[in-house]
Amino acid sequence: MGTEILLQVNNVKKYFPITKGLLFVKTIGQVKAVDDISFTIGESETLALVGESGCGKTTTARLILLLEQPTHGEILLDGKDIYALQGDDYRRYRDRVQAVFQDPWSSLNPRIQVRDIVAEPIIVNHKLSRQEIRDRVEKILVDVGLDPVHADRFPHEFSGGQRQRIAVGSALISNPQLIVLDEPVSALDVSIRAQIMNLLRDVQKQYHVSYLLIVHDLATARYMAHKIAVMYLGKIVEYAKTEELFNNPVHPYTKALFSAALPSHPDIQREEIILHGEVPSPIDPPTGCPFHPRCPMKIGTVCEKEIQTLRCKDNTEHWVSCGLYAEGRPEPETGRQQ
Amino acid sequence: MSNEPTLRKNTTQRANGNVILDVKDLRTYLFTKKAVVKAVDGVSFFLRKGETFGIVGESGSGKSTTALSLLRMEPKPAGRIVGGEIWFYGENILDKNEKEMRKIRGSRISMILQDPQTSLNPVFTIGNQVSEAFTVQEGRKNNQGTLLQRVIDLLRKVNIAAPERRFSDYPHQMSGGMKQRVVGAISISCAPDIVIADEPTSALDLTIQAQYLRLLREIQQTTGISIIFITHDFGIVAKMCDRVAIMYAGKIVEHGPVRAIFNHPLHPYTHALISSVPRMEARVERLFSIPGQLPAPGEMPAGCRFAPRCMYADDRCHKEYPPTFGGLSEHTEHTTDCWRLEDPTWEPKSYSR
Repeated sequence: MGTEILLQVNNVKKYFPITKGLLFVKTIGQVKAVDDISFTIGESETLALVGESGCGKTTTARLILLLEQPTHGEILLDGKDIYALQGDDYRRYRDRVQAVFQDPWSSLNPRIQVRDIVAEPIIVNHKLSRQEIRDRVEKILVDVGLDPVHADRFPHEFSGGQRQRIAVGSALISNPQLIVLDEPVSALDVSIRAQIMNLLRDVQKQYHVSYLLIVHDLATARYMAHKIAVMYLGKIVEYAKTEELFNNPVHPYTKALFSAALPSHPDIQREEIILHGEVPSPIDPPTGCPFHPRCPMKIGTVCEKEIQTLRCKDNTEHWVSCGLYAEGRPEPETGRQQ
Repeated sequence: MSNEPTLRKNTTQRANGNVILDVKDLRTYLFTKKAVVKAVDGVSFFLRKGETFGIVGESGSGKSTTALSLLRMEPKPAGRIVGGEIWFYGENILDKNEKEMRKIRGSRISMILQDPQTSLNPVFTIGNQVSEAFTVQEGRKNNQGTLLQRVIDLLRKVNIAAPERRFSDYPHQMSGGMKQRVVGAISISCAPDIVIADEPTSALDLTIQAQYLRLLREIQQTTGISIIFITHDFGIVAKMCDRVAIMYAGKIVEHGPVRAIFNHPLHPYTHALISSVPRMEARVERLFSIPGQLPAPGEMPAGCRFAPRCMYADDRCHKEYPPTFGGLSEHTEHTTDCWRLEDPTWEPKSYSR
């Protein structure tokens, strides 16, 4: 899995200006929504971005979908800079990268039949005969677990789970290489979530598609993702293969996040690391490590002053950005947690 | 304990020890133009002093309507409580008139709603809204000085930093977690016996949720209030609750102590639901997924509500609603509505995980 790199994100920053004045617009500050992040997604691989609201995970998704221009940095798909694409290449990009959003009640146009919703990407970007389009739609509907007989219905005639299947079908029909999944199951009922998660995993194998999964639920990330990047205040603080991350989280924020997650059984007692305070404002982020004001393990000036970069821990492809793991420091005891 | 399931006919027997709320066969129907929706269809449970009771269910299960019915705030005009009894300290809430209800709401049974953004009024200050609870319940006999001090003490109790300054803030100046703590402060301001928390943390981030749940537990330990948690999340139940009822389409299908339910779920719905939730603690190869969808309101199956999605259902399940079987496993309070339990040795098959 993930032998060939499909998507490469290099040092991407996205700052939104804060302006003042109506006529004479002045920039008085910047919101550092995404601040120097890098990651890769391999073919048929799922990368999950986890973090709390405001950490920049949705902005990252929007950058990859070409809905925002980055302030700095580059994003490469198959080695080509996606912001330099023009003409046919640009149109091809829309074929190759698709998205599924959180809320299937608002993401599907209520006035359009399911057949046309699903077919839209290939109607727009391909010259196909009606019969070909019809056949493709029916095959996709079967693949996402819907009855092709229902293709002439409208979205309101379907339940939440079925609508999400329609959204997945529409994203798949152009045979994309990457699908951005923005909280794909969190608007669904608990008994429906497993259906959609299993569907996404099945079509990933069938269509060899990669996923960028935006998610706040850690259990969902563990079930769906091959790799996980933990974000905090616009930065990636820890980045590792899923099993490695869950077996051996090292960043204090990751540890706190894991300890805050709800247990799946009443007998599971976790060490409670309750963080104090709230996420600082990205308009005025703290100096040094963005997590240091809440960090239970911070070490003086190293954390308050120096910006840590992602550093690889003993060649395990486990990256962490933390003063405790700064160069030249002895590696702290991690205390592997179950 | 005998293994023989006993058909529980007399619902009054089960409640023993410090029961402060006893709900019997509560029915709240919604009368719409098209159909009568049986949102809450014969729900019985009880609540002891100082315990945390969870009601879990998916959308449309009737969990929120149940909670609102306890305060006689069923969604009007469509909603009406058509039957049942709600015994609260020996008095039936359903016999009270509106004036008497107002004395109960807030001061004896209070509520925390899901979204703090909508439960606080944007045009009044935090201090104003917290003190309102005191003046409404106690009249205006308090002088301003002591009132102010009480509000500040209360805000400090819910861990709001610098309450002297926060007192004059408006809701938009606070973060979501802080607003939810203010709502929490209002709900405990009159020292109620019961707090009903309807998905209080689903709008909050993970680390803020952890802060809030710990706060609720601390408040419970110091004041001894009972909490009813309405949630869709088994994680909240596992972390917070002593006992839990699982609702599906207007009925409580299984009910019991939390550990009994997690270790030994007997209703096929509970069992399937627990197996279909991904876990953070361990790698799961493949999740079990429950086929089908929730029944649409107004199109309830005639028999067991879960029968169309149940792998164990037979003809009778589709025609006739099962009785409640009690005395299951080692817990006398563990009850389940399922025909399969007629066979005393029956257990749902474990799904490969």
